Amino acid sequence: MAEKQNSNFFPPKYADAIVGLSAKEQEAIKKKYESMKFEVGEAIGVVAAQSISEPATQTTLRSYHAEGRTQLVTTKGLPRLIEIFDARKMPKTPTMEIYLDAENNTLEKAREIAAKIRETKLKQLISEDSLDMINMRAEIVLDREQMSASETNVEEIMNILKKNLRSANITGEQNKIYIELKKKDFDVRELQATRIKARTIYIKGIKGISQIIIEKVKNDWVIRTLGSSLRRVLKIKGVNTIRTTSNNIFEVADVLGIEAARNAIVKETIDTMREQGVDTDIRHLLLVADVMTNTASISAIGRYGLAGRKASVLSRANFEETVKHLTYAAVAGEIDPLESVIENIIVGNLAPIGTGIVKLAVKEDEADGKK
Amino acid sequence: MSEIYLNGEYVGTTKEGRELVKSLIAKRRQGVLPWTMNSSYYEEKDEVQINTDGGRVRRPLIVVENGASKLTEAMIAQLREGKLTWQNLVEKGVVEYLDAEEEEMALVAFKPEELTKKHTHIEIDPMMIVGVGASLLVYPEKNRGDRSNYGSRMVTQAVGMYLHNHNLRDDTTAQMLVYPQEPLVQSETIHAAGVDIHPAGQNIIIAVMPFYGYNIEDAIVINKASIERGLGRSYSFRTYVTEANRYWGGQEDEIGFPDPSVRGFKSEKEYNKLDSDGIVSPETNVEGNDVVVGKTSPLRFLGVVKETRLGIKNRRDNSLVVNAGEGGVVDKVIMTESKEGNRLIKVTVRELKIPEVGDKFASRHGQKGVLGIIVPEEDMPFTADGITPDIIFNAHAIPSRMTIGHLLEIIGGKAGALAGEKINGTAFKGNEEYIVKLLKAAGFRDDGKETVYNGITGEKVEASILIGMIYYQRLYHLVSQKMHARSKGPVALLTKQPTEGRSKEGGLRFGEMEKDTLVAHGAAITLRERFSSDKTTIPFCETCGVTAVVDKIKNKTYCPLCKGSKIKNVDMSYAFKLLLDEMKSMMIYPQVVMEEEE
Repeated sequence: MAEKQNSNFFPPKYADAIVGLSAKEQEAIKKKYESMKFEVGEAIGVVAAQSISEPATQTTLRSYHAEGRTQLVTTKGLPRLIEIFDARKMPKTPTMEIYLDAENNTLEKAREIAAKIRETKLKQLISEDSLDMINMRAEIVLDREQMSASETNVEEIMNILKKNLRSANITGEQNKIYIELKKKDFDVRELQATRIKARTIYIKGIKGISQIIIEKVKNDWVIRTLGSSLRRVLKIKGVNTIRTTSNNIFEVADVLGIEAARNAIVKETIDTMREQGVDTDIRHLLLVADVMTNTASISAIGRYGLAGRKASVLSRANFEETVKHLTYAAVAGEIDPLESVIENIIVGNLAPIGTGIVKLAVKEDEADGKK
Repeated sequence: MSEIYLNGEYVGTTKEGRELVKSLIAKRRQGVLPWTMNSSYYEEKDEVQINTDGGRVRRPLIVVENGASKLTEAMIAQLREGKLTWQNLVEKGVVEYLDAEEEEMALVAFKPEELTKKHTHIEIDPMMIVGVGASLLVYPEKNRGDRSNYGSRMVTQAVGMYLHNHNLRDDTTAQMLVYPQEPLVQSETIHAAGVDIHPAGQNIIIAVMPFYGYNIEDAIVINKASIERGLGRSYSFRTYVTEANRYWGGQEDEIGFPDPSVRGFKSEKEYNKLDSDGIVSPETNVEGNDVVVGKTSPLRFLGVVKETRLGIKNRRDNSLVVNAGEGGVVDKVIMTESKEGNRLIKVTVRELKIPEVGDKFASRHGQKGVLGIIVPEEDMPFTADGITPDIIFNAHAIPSRMTIGHLLEIIGGKAGALAGEKINGTAFKGNEEYIVKLLKAAGFRDDGKETVYNGITGEKVEASILIGMIYYQRLYHLVSQKMHARSKGPVALLTKQPTEGRSKEGGLRFGEMEKDTLVAHGAAITLRERFSSDKTTIPFCETCGVTAVVDKIKNKTYCPLCKGSKIKNVDMSYAFKLLLDEMKSMMIYPQVVMEEEE
């Protein structure tokens, strides 16, 4: 009997977990669960804000001091938290964590996939290049080792160069490539410009991913990248599409949807805080992530996001840009129904929060039957 | 090729940069080049820097040549006789001043014993590596660096004999210790800096032990009998100034006993300290808000005609008043003239400040603490000799701060007191063996510890307690000048909210973040109460939603827009009414829609 009652009491997710426990234990869990719920009228927003910002004051302002280490230098601590809650379109240091499929979970495969991912430009494959003034052409000597590491060859590179440099003839022998201008009359300046342009031509990999580190985390090989391109990485064969993540929340929203972005906000925040040695209850972050994403697009917490979209004029004017909000409200003829906390404090009313939310259902004289 | 820079500007190149610098320095020592010039050679950059400009921090060192100091015994003897001066030594190249850049090239010996052929200079005294401030402390080298730093900073806050002509001065505020003493454990620079004739502290007996929790968190316990004997007693002086100004139209301020018909006349009580000339006499007891100089000024604006006809004086009270919460005895009255030839009166009030719970004390080792309790002498712990400490200091203040100098000064002070001599505690010159010798000769333990008995129960204290003498300072942060609380009191005219600041008997602000804490607790009614300091009832027009006009003559309340009389009284904070007014001034019509309260 008690079992059935309790299984109704708990959310379905936890209902199975309590089967088999004694009635006393179940009762204890129930009591604890009950005590963890917030009550009607509790200021969960303010509590969440305080629970995040107080630990945040303890994080160091240092964001980079990782010189000389084989680590990606990423934004950490308070700057990163600000970045998340401000909903910056592009993080200062976008990174990815790429996990591999079960059958590809080896170092060799990880290296293979890493080579496919890293953005390779021609200059990274060159061992020597010069202007050959006698034959009036530019000479590029390719590095064989670098080429095999990036899984490319001379023919492939020549084809890419031909596509990109329409004004030049590309010829090659062994590991050398010659660039000759198609124009009849020789112009050194133009040849030099073409040579410099050729150096920056994109050959292979995913654009924007500049650094790669392969690490073993427990039993998995993880590829960490500097630069992020979730859509293209997920298309690569051998990449675990479920576990691979990016720290660019907008990209996550774009590729995987807003629910994924909501989870990304929670994960990024809690990871940043734990990395700094501070912690908070995850439910505060869940609330923040919910309000940031409930419009189906990511909105910042602040003047141009949540605070700027509050319903009450007085509430908005209280936060920032007082005059702007007052004048716009006057032009639009807005009415402030005084339904939230801060506007009632301004006016001097009882704020509808906590004890202030309680109202009498029956008026005194009505109950006495006078009316 | 080395580049040469003169005062940071490029002037040329040379092949032998190092040689150039050497010859420049040699020329300076000969007196060919000015003694204020400094030059240095940078090996890695291959640069020669020559500096002659002002603003460089420089310090004097004795020149060493071939492992021998240029300052000879003969010179020292001549210096003693006064045949040589400091300037002579500088001119002779015996002593030279190095700036930070040239110091990089120098190898300075710390003591004469360490001198080798490699050294280029030697310190005039080992103590010279600390600055003037830190050299006034004793045993600074035995403390952690930051503690000595805090200590030298707190010396500047100590109450003492700041000047000897204080009786002739009219400082706005001044503090004087009643019985200042020269420290028992001294530094050699004390005399040079004149601190021995301007002492700021007293030698007290200290016991390092707990006392029933009254000295936790750096608090100190003081013996009541010691305070009654004058420990830490000080006077605080404040000078009030007033000037009889002249205004256009032949009007001027008048100093004298103000007529009761004058505007802003306080009450007889405040003026009764005044003499017949309207100025207090010296040695009069005054309290806060008492008038010390009666003064009337002409009105800023001319009054209503009716008032002038009624014969009310056209003057306002502008008397000089003692600050609220202060007071004391009038120390001196100075009557003089200002630059413009106006009458100028200065009244100095002196107030005795006896140490009380909350006053701040500190030793010279960055060990500051607040007075926690004043204990009667009979309850203080005592030694076998019957000695009771003046101050009980908590031992927890020592381990984390590592102020060994503090402990050493206690032992040194004890030895000095027993032997009747001053102990040298100069940086790097302290002699611990000598202190131990003195203590043993007097029949005490060499670590300064003694058996102590509980003054309340008479029981023996199990641990042996470190008890000795130390120089303690009273710092000028006195509770009587800082403590502040208010329930109701004055409000600001504009906002009807409480005033700000101790001097205006103001409230303590319950700010934005404090507000959030109440919101987080859901304490809505407390929140309303906190923010209802400026609660007012304002009549509003029901149809137009604007503040109504109250005509007191016709006894009528009406709306300024529709002239209607459908008026409702609304309770709101006065600040919100101001906000509505301000919005109206920027052409926004804030209509208040009213609803009956449930």
